[in-house]
Amino acid sequence: MTKPLKPGVLSLLLALLGAAGVALGSAMGSTGWEPWWQALHDPVSWQIVWDIRLPRSLGAWAGGAMLGLAGALAQGLFRNPLADPYLLGSASGASLGVAIYLSLFGGSTLASGWWVRLGLTGAAFVGAVLAVLLTLVLARGVQHTLRLLLAGVIVGVVLGAVTSFLNLWRPEVWQGMQGFMLGSTGFVGWTACVLLCAVLVVCVALALTMARVLDALSLGENTALSLGVPLAPARMLLVGVMAMATGTAVAQMGLIAFVGLAAPHLVRAVVRATHGWSVLLSALAGGLLLLSADLLARGLIAPQEMPVGVLTAVLGGGYLLWRMSRMTSTGSGA
Amino acid sequence: MTAALQVHALRVRLGAQEVLHGMDLTIAAGRWTSIVGPNGAGKSTLLKALAGLLPPSQQVSGQVHWLGQPLAAIDRRERARQLSWLGQGESASDDLCVWDVAMLGRLPHQDWLAAPSAQDHAMVEAALKATQAWDWRERPLGQLSGGERQRVLLARALAVNARIMLMDEPLANLDPPHQVDWLEQVQCLLAQGTTVVSVLHEIGMALHADDMVVMQAGQIVHHGACADEVTQRAIEAVFDQRIAIHPLAGQWVALPKSG
Repeated sequence: MTKPLKPGVLSLLLALLGAAGVALGSAMGSTGWEPWWQALHDPVSWQIVWDIRLPRSLGAWAGGAMLGLAGALAQGLFRNPLADPYLLGSASGASLGVAIYLSLFGGSTLASGWWVRLGLTGAAFVGAVLAVLLTLVLARGVQHTLRLLLAGVIVGVVLGAVTSFLNLWRPEVWQGMQGFMLGSTGFVGWTACVLLCAVLVVCVALALTMARVLDALSLGENTALSLGVPLAPARMLLVGVMAMATGTAVAQMGLIAFVGLAAPHLVRAVVRATHGWSVLLSALAGGLLLLSADLLARGLIAPQEMPVGVLTAVLGGGYLLWRMSRMTSTGSGA
Repeated sequence: MTAALQVHALRVRLGAQEVLHGMDLTIAAGRWTSIVGPNGAGKSTLLKALAGLLPPSQQVSGQVHWLGQPLAAIDRRERARQLSWLGQGESASDDLCVWDVAMLGRLPHQDWLAAPSAQDHAMVEAALKATQAWDWRERPLGQLSGGERQRVLLARALAVNARIMLMDEPLANLDPPHQVDWLEQVQCLLAQGTTVVSVLHEIGMALHADDMVVMQAGQIVHHGACADEVTQRAIEAVFDQRIAIHPLAGQWVALPKSG
């Protein structure tokens, strides 16, 4: 049996670190530290903490958690440790969905109104689902790893090109998309934060109910079928959850690379567990990763800010290169 | 004779190629039937067709019955309880521990989201002990050798506790002592009334079965008792007379013919 203590302790640790990170993020301004208890006495400072830093930090954690969750689901569903929302094209699809929405209905990725945020999220969700389905059609299923990854890369590049074309065609869209394409938590206000947290709760609950399906799928399709797993609807639901998590995160924060890929790998390096645990732990690790990257992005060149997507790409890419070199040197394929 | 599995006029096409050419077969209940034949004979395809596991991309025509019922009429969960499947080269996540893998065999008996019952725990424990995998029940699968993994996957299939068990190349990666253990396990299943069907390349092991289905080029060329001479001649024939079956110490052995 999977010892419940080790994943349980790790999840508690990650949750506590996440909470500490949110508290830290609320206290971190562009000109230095300002603990929130000091801001209590100054209405302007309090407004900055409450209306800007807190939703941004909490939103960064929730968005990272959704990307981590989406990565764990993708890797379990496609039985491929390289699967993630980016490599399957869903992030590019979500981004194109947002660009199309802005072209058709106007608005901005910075808008804080409920309807705009819901519209952007819906468009990103539809884009993410269609992109994953296109990748699966081009790859003719999930059996061949190389074909799946190539198809995902092709879909990502082509959809990225279509997004760029839309941006050139409609310059007013490009203005709204610029920060979005680089990935930033700077757009996240309370509306986006509440949306991220609400969708995260739904996605985690759905993912946990499907965890046994992922465990059974790890034995192969035929065995999963022979065990009575309703494969087709289960797959559709899992792709839907993955797309909902990716789409919601992308719609609020733009393109943020590598969190979805790195979080499950980080978890796996520490603990090996059933998908029920790994999905939960990957979400907690993804949240902590993105929140940490956001804090770094805000502090590295203060008072300027780096787009957090740039930082995650550099750090995540570096981490995976290190993992790859370790796998090569130990001859491990895992 | 009660039939556990029956196929009638079974044809399977993969794209433009027909891989099974309209076959009829009845597998007796409570007996062990081995399917043998050269590479590409269609053994695994037949086994998958019997299990109802052929993917939609393979066009299947004909009828399959389990315990007298048409396969299409049996509910998905009921199918999972009636028939246990151990596939060829079955994979499993390196992250799952041995206990978790074996417990997956109890999925057909568990309600969605329900915790495993005391009976589930007892069945998994018995299956892991039967395959001598109990001592490493807490180890991740990624830390096991190929043979050890195969024993865990067999335990997973045993844990289903089904009336029919189909196994495709179950001896892959098993060393000779564990092949003997597998043989004893099959005898144990037969004593409990389970119907066992296996695809085996080890002809000597396959000859321990009660009945033999001999296949060649997508057709059944012979179906009969392993002890019958005509069955043994059919096996030698599909392997181009390059093996010979002889009695040795009360068993049948298949030896390669040189020259």
